[in-house]
This record gives sequence, structure tokens and C-alpha cells, in this order.
Amino acid sequence: MTRFLLLCAAMFAALSLAPAWADDTMPPAPYANRQLDDPKLEAKAQGLMETIRCLTCQSQSIADSDASMAGDMRSQIRERIAAGEEPEAIRQWLVQRYGDYITYTPQVTRLTWPLFAAPAFILLMAAILLRKRFRRITGDEGDAA
Amino acid sequence: MSETAPEASGMRWTRWLPLALFGLFAVVVTWGLVHPKDDTVRSRFVGQPLPAFDLPAAADGKPGLVSADFAGKPMLLNVFASWCIPCAAEAPQLTQLAAAGAQINGVAIRDHKEDLAAFLARNGNPYVRIGADNLGKVQLAIGSSGVPETFVIDGKGVIRYQHIGDIRAEDVPMLLGKLKEAGQ
Repeated sequence: MTRFLLLCAAMFAALSLAPAWADDTMPPAPYANRQLDDPKLEAKAQGLMETIRCLTCQSQSIADSDASMAGDMRSQIRERIAAGEEPEAIRQWLVQRYGDYITYTPQVTRLTWPLFAAPAFILLMAAILLRKRFRRITGDEGDAA
Repeated sequence: MSETAPEASGMRWTRWLPLALFGLFAVVVTWGLVHPKDDTVRSRFVGQPLPAFDLPAAADGKPGLVSADFAGKPMLLNVFASWCIPCAAEAPQLTQLAAAGAQINGVAIRDHKEDLAAFLARNGNPYVRIGADNLGKVQLAIGSSGVPETFVIDGKGVIRYQHIGDIRAEDVPMLLGKLKEAGQ
């Protein structure tokens, strides 16, 4: 039992050390963890940052990630929004460099269009089937009468 | 009896449909388990000209890096950092590339001058120029998703190839080939 506990402790220690494995020691970029003074602009930046994928921790958004690259991206996004750029323009700038994978907002592309078309197709098929079914019932009633 | 026969034959294949669907599902799941997801994010900027940038010198004795430096002949742009462990692992391969005649320009990501000097003293300095990218601006502008990465830039300043991760021994002839290709 003590051996098991020791093993657990060792694993915990290894896990807590892992993030320190390779990271820089530079202070974060100026606007990485500092909000813009104008709440409207900050809300715009926040909305964008929550829908941009962190490249270091790929299941997180850059708003949630502590990776230094995510910090650099947040800082750049805030600076560009403060300079008057629109969030969607910045999103497109990132998509041009990293592809659709960088954004969490679904994009209709040659690959993803079935995802958008499938619900419409299923609804259409359901409507056709239901119509047939209702017709048959009224037809049977007609026969019985 | 003869009336029910067509219906029975109709049942015959639909009865197997759920099993077939389950089989398909099992195949997809197994395929997904055998082929783990490739989560490298490639730059979509390959084929595009380098964006304009002007980085100050990251190390004493080596000039900084301007996008206009990539002119005349194909060169390598190596995105690296002293705090990045695979970057130290690829250093001998960079030295080999430099010895084979490749001009290597470095972009040091979020690096302190003294750390970088120690890194270069320890691992060798194959760089002609090293620019300090302390806010990752050039890294984002060229679509690089981490360190180390190596880009082949042709004589007109167009990005021709991106190598993600450290350069292994077998990548050296490949990169020399890409440089030659970019020069044609």
C-alpha cells in the first residue's frame, strides 16, 4: 500500500513538473493578460479570442490557454482591435495562415457542406415519408367506407 | 402463402441492416484507433511571399533579420528558441546544412539575449542572421505553429516549403534538395 502511495506521489510530481518542461521565461506580451480600457473593444476581442484555437494546447481556445503563444495571439488580437480592425478580418487573417482548424466557428467548405446539408435532407425525407403515410391512412379509410 | 413470400424476401436484407451498420461503425472506430489524429497545423502560407518584417538582432555579433534579406538565393528560415529542447537536438543538423552551403537565418522566439548566447555557445552557431521575435509576431505572420520549424524561402522571398519539428539526420538531404528546387 505504501509503495502504491509512493508511486502515486511520484506520478503526481511528474505531472506537475511536465508543463515546465520547455517554456520560455519572457514576461507575457503586453496585452496577453491585460484587458483593453474600452469595454466595448474588450468585448469584441474576447468574443474573437474565445473562438480561436490555441496551437499549443489544441483543445483550448486562446482565451483559456496559458501557453505563451496563446498569450502572443491574445496580445496581437487586442492591439489590432484597439487599432480599429474588425474581429472577422483578424479571423480571416489567421485562417489564411493556419487554415480553418484555427477557428472554432464552423465554416462551410467543400469538406464540411454535408454537415450543413444533412439536416435539411433528413427533414425533407421525413416530410416525404410522413406525407405518404398520411395519404395511405386516408386512402384505407376511403376503401372501408 | 404465395402472398407473404415477397414480403419475406423484402425482410431478408433489411434484417441485416442494423448488423451491417454496426459493422461499419466498428470499422470506423477501429480505423480511428489505428490511425491517431495528426494534429500538426501546417502553414497555409507556403507559396506566398514572406510578409514584411524587421526584427532587431537577437545575439551580439549577428545582425538582425529583415524580410528583404531573403533575396538573391534560396535560404532557410529557422524558427527556434534557446528554451526549446528539440531546437538543441536539431543544432548538429543545422551545422551540417550550413557546412553544405545553405544560408540559415534564425528567428528566435521569446528569447533573452544571455540565454541565446549560452545556447549558441553550447550548440554552435550556424546562423548568418538572427532576429529577435519577442512577441511571436513573425511566427504568426508566416503561419508557424511552434518551435522548431524550418522554412525554405526562394530567391524572390517566396515561402516554398515548411518543415515542422526538429531536423533529423535524414531531413538534411531533403532540405538541401528543397533549396536546390527553390533555386531552379
